[in-house]
Amino acid sequence: MSNSGAGASGLSGWGNYPRVSTELLAPQTPAGARDHLLARSGVVARGAGRAYGDAAIGTQSTISSRGLNRMRSFDAATAQLTVEAGVTIADILAAFEPRGFFLKVVPGTKFVTVGGAIAADVHGKNHHRDGGFGNIVVSFRLALPGGEILTCSRSENAALFAATLGGMGLTGMILEATLQLLPIETAWLRQDTRVAGNLDAAIDQLESSASTTYSVAWIDCLARGAALGRSLVYLAEHATRRDKDMLGPDLAPFPSVRTSRLSVPELFPGWLLNRASMRAFNELYFRRGAAHQGKVRLVHWDPYFFPLDAIADWNRIYGRRGFVQYQCVIPQGRARRVLAHILDRVSRRGDASFLAVLKLLGDASGLMSFPLRGYTLTMDFPVTETLFAFLDQLDALVVDAGGRLYLAKDARQSRATFESGYPGLAALRDIRQQTGANTRLASHLSARLGI
Amino acid sequence: MTGTKSILVIGGSSDIGHATALRYAREGWRVTLAARDLEAAQRNADDIRTRSGVEATVQALDVLQTGQLAGFVAGLSALPDTVVCVVGELGDQLRAQTDPELATTIMRTNFEAPSLLLELFAQAFEARGSGTIVGVSSVAGDRGRASNYYYGAAKAGFSQFLSGLRNRLALAGKVRVVTVKPGFVRTKMTAHMKLPAPLTVQPDRVAEDIFGADVMKPRDVIYVARRFWLVMTIICALPEPVFKRMRI
Repeated sequence: MSNSGAGASGLSGWGNYPRVSTELLAPQTPAGARDHLLARSGVVARGAGRAYGDAAIGTQSTISSRGLNRMRSFDAATAQLTVEAGVTIADILAAFEPRGFFLKVVPGTKFVTVGGAIAADVHGKNHHRDGGFGNIVVSFRLALPGGEILTCSRSENAALFAATLGGMGLTGMILEATLQLLPIETAWLRQDTRVAGNLDAAIDQLESSASTTYSVAWIDCLARGAALGRSLVYLAEHATRRDKDMLGPDLAPFPSVRTSRLSVPELFPGWLLNRASMRAFNELYFRRGAAHQGKVRLVHWDPYFFPLDAIADWNRIYGRRGFVQYQCVIPQGRARRVLAHILDRVSRRGDASFLAVLKLLGDASGLMSFPLRGYTLTMDFPVTETLFAFLDQLDALVVDAGGRLYLAKDARQSRATFESGYPGLAALRDIRQQTGANTRLASHLSARLGI
Repeated sequence: MTGTKSILVIGGSSDIGHATALRYAREGWRVTLAARDLEAAQRNADDIRTRSGVEATVQALDVLQTGQLAGFVAGLSALPDTVVCVVGELGDQLRAQTDPELATTIMRTNFEAPSLLLELFAQAFEARGSGTIVGVSSVAGDRGRASNYYYGAAKAGFSQFLSGLRNRLALAGKVRVVTVKPGFVRTKMTAHMKLPAPLTVQPDRVAEDIFGADVMKPRDVIYVARRFWLVMTIICALPEPVFKRMRI
């Protein structure tokens, strides 16, 4: 919250790479945020700092939205909620889940802010059906670098609205947003687990369950050869009151959320993450998952949607040098061959996270949104001397297949890779020119990628 | 059970006031926020109403206009079950040493005005035969230090006022008085300061402890964080010839 907190030690994203110095501003009101924006250049807004790379670090100044943490209003008749940009998804769920409302689109962590979720147009396990976070945004108020505050929606300032979804904060600073909430009957998910023996089987499974609301495959990255891409595929729907009464008659429809969280010590010893322990863990994980196959069970929304949130600061397990989360999407027709190739390269290299996530995505909601109709693969790599050259080789496969990389995760892709993946770039540049954002709003990501 | 109860927060535009009101609202208490900065108080009230679904209103009050305090209390549409006073201003100690007007404002804001106002609530609660008065003082009032002695002295006065008020009301046993002594709290007031992490708490921790001392497990004096009690006990035990040479 300090006005100069990031000076000497620097600021980083969730991956702890890169770490760079910037002036960190912490306004306490939307008006204060707008005043900072007006007075600075080389500036970008920052939410909870959950983007992995350099997206939310201004080249000179960074405006934290954490002080913009007030909810504004809720209309029960329309289920529309208006909040300031620094309110988190966790805040919203804590207040509204007990009243029978959920968010139709949630990412893999609930600790992101609404402003950040819009700026990255985050997606969830239902993107193939329901689209990105932008689809539940009714409107938002955007502060432009000149100090003007505009209301943007699909009918008002529509071009700016579309450019801000996935626009990584480069069109202005989101001050407030109105979201469409989803009525739910219970806090439970009805989950069905399927075992897929290899990548083809996993993709077949995701393809055939495209009408299921939530689907995701967890890939065992240590499996090789014929078992390459061995996965557990989790399919789920919100449980209705009737589902709950059948599957868990003794369970409360909206149980209170447990607050206890594990925490990773400041310096997690790297040797705990060796291949023998990972292999043993994966074996256990898959056996446990396989034991659930074919049995429909009730899972609470918190562990279902946000499994890693149970471990506070899990990013510390990669130590001081940090890590990169690599997330690419490959168009549907090319996905099987290209993803098999990538997985094979990764498993041969041998230092990726032991689990990778595979999801089916639908069409993009915004001009710069990451998703496209195809498959997205996500995995973590500790930062080492050889990592970036290796990832450049994966990038070449992605570019060749017409895919792209997720900007919210990115810390290192080249301009060429970026430009080939994002055809909306020219239109974004036009809009930035019109609003004056091109000379004033700059993150380390935008400077690196020439946005 | 507590659905019909109500809380009035004096200093409702502050971070601790906001967090405290929200804590009570989550238990179904109706909330009124009194503040000089009505726009900031309204922003807090909107947040509380949206998050909790309960009624939250604002009321204009400048506690330094002490002549208007009696009218404020008499004019309330309903007397609250609990009144929490979080009014406070750290002020600039160095400037206060050469600016008597600022020094006066610091002392009036932290001691005179809250004391005069809470006395009025004490009398109204006595007449009704029930009520809780929560005064947010500070550990800074436990011993005067070079870095903030106008603020500290005023908080010391406020702590003693609350102690005496509690003593007066305890005999009848109808009205309770709770003294809250926060240590370091991350708020707008301390946004510019470097605070020691192990001793620093968020406003919602103060709110939780206030709710606890009022409703859950009644207590007279609480330190937030609790370990500050030990810190202050040690600081208060230092002999003056030693203490006066220290910079803490």
